Amino acid sequence: MEEQDVMTKDPAIAAKVIEIIAEQAMRTPSEVTVEDRLEALGIDSLGVVECIFQIEESFDVTVPFNANNPEESAFDISTVGSVIAEVEKLVAEGRG
Amino acid sequence: MRKVVITGAGTVNPLGHDVPSTLAAMREGRCAITALEGLQDQDRLAVQIGAQVRGFDPATHIDRQRLPILDRFAQFALVAAREAVAQAGLSFEGTASDRAGVVMGTAGGGNTTVDDNYRSVFAEGKNRVHPFVVPRLMHNAAASHLSMEFGLRGPGLAVSTACASSNHAMGLALHLIRGGAADVILAGGSEAMLSFGGLKAWEGLRVMSRDGCRPFAASRNGLVMGEGGAVFVFEALEHARARGAEPLAEVAGFGMSADAGDIVAPTLDGPVRAMRLALADAGMAAGDVGYVNAHGTGTRANDRTEAQALHTVLGAGAGRVPVSSTKSMHGHLIGGTGAVELLACVMALREGVIAPTVNFDAADPDCPVDAVPNTARDGVEVRAALSNAFAFGGLNAVLALRRL
Repeated sequence: MEEQDVMTKDPAIAAKVIEIIAEQAMRTPSEVTVEDRLEALGIDSLGVVECIFQIEESFDVTVPFNANNPEESAFDISTVGSVIAEVEKLVAEGRG
Repeated sequence: MRKVVITGAGTVNPLGHDVPSTLAAMREGRCAITALEGLQDQDRLAVQIGAQVRGFDPATHIDRQRLPILDRFAQFALVAAREAVAQAGLSFEGTASDRAGVVMGTAGGGNTTVDDNYRSVFAEGKNRVHPFVVPRLMHNAAASHLSMEFGLRGPGLAVSTACASSNHAMGLALHLIRGGAADVILAGGSEAMLSFGGLKAWEGLRVMSRDGCRPFAASRNGLVMGEGGAVFVFEALEHARARGAEPLAEVAGFGMSADAGDIVAPTLDGPVRAMRLALADAGMAAGDVGYVNAHGTGTRANDRTEAQALHTVLGAGAGRVPVSSTKSMHGHLIGGTGAVELLACVMALREGVIAPTVNFDAADPDCPVDAVPNTARDGVEVRAALSNAFAFGGLNAVLALRRL
């Protein structure tokens, strides 16, 4: 199962998302793990909006995100891992 | 200290092209937010709603020779100012001209001109622009055209503090008259940011609603942009009395503060201090306030913070004071918004009619205010009103009006 995930998912996506989030958090990518919450990394609402912009630019996708109600947006930004999973979905949809 | 009164008002905004039609729309609770029409490259915008000024033909108001020098934001200001000056019954001649000035707010100035000409040189590759691009786009264009139109030869200023621009402009006008720099000042603001570039920039912040403006309501999900402006004649009370003019209301106080915090996220302390300073300046107690025209943008953060700030300032009686956001009807006019919203305060004081917050579907426990949901309230005794404006950049400006 895990092997299949690795095969279908592009590890470059996770690496790029981590790089974007780390840049916002003013850390090196190695200091950011998939379990980290964005808030805990010191990323505020404006930082989230910047991350989303960078994700859209990097992956040529449109992220459904309204800063007024992040919790209701169809894009889970709670942790680094959830952001990676959402971007993988969007990229897959884009390729499909 | 000299007292300052309003002796004239004029407006062009999505609800109407003059004050009577605007107030009628506010009484009816009419919403001017609809699907956008006729913007260049509109298909490339994610946001497809707004409150446009429809049916406004500048050529019917401004002659052919002058029109090419006026951006849309200056056209709104000029037409609004004519209505205000006509109501005030003023003419500016001789020394009266030297004792009269203008202070106009705008956040973006000639946005339409900037948008059109960037498209022309960047997208279309043209190397030549119209000779009036600079005088059209400058932020002081509206103030300067009002000065030229009426012969206002005293203080002339443009004020740019994002969404608080109009309130800061009107507050400064109050200070200038009190301080003796002028006897009469045309004050207000206008904005025409509802263009492709203006909307695209706001889209980037991800605070725009795609389905409507619902201030203080549980379902609110962002702001909706409008356009237009309003202009008031501010006049020293003794000056108005000497010529037998009828004041509409007293501009009793002004409070301004800076959050010195975040560039977009509001604080509680900044708005609280601005409201308290306005009340103190006006010599009012919190209990005197009978109506608050809220900043009420319809974003999660603003409305929650503003409701808290109102509770802090108004105390135990906060829940009994009507607090409406007319942005629900005319959208967010950005730098022009405070001026149009002051009309709702004048209506409350003079007619006892409180403009509603429309599109109000369900109360939000985070916003425990009497938002005057959906229907205007008639027969309300209002002696004093506050008008709030809290800008991005953390700059807050609150006006206090009193019935005469």
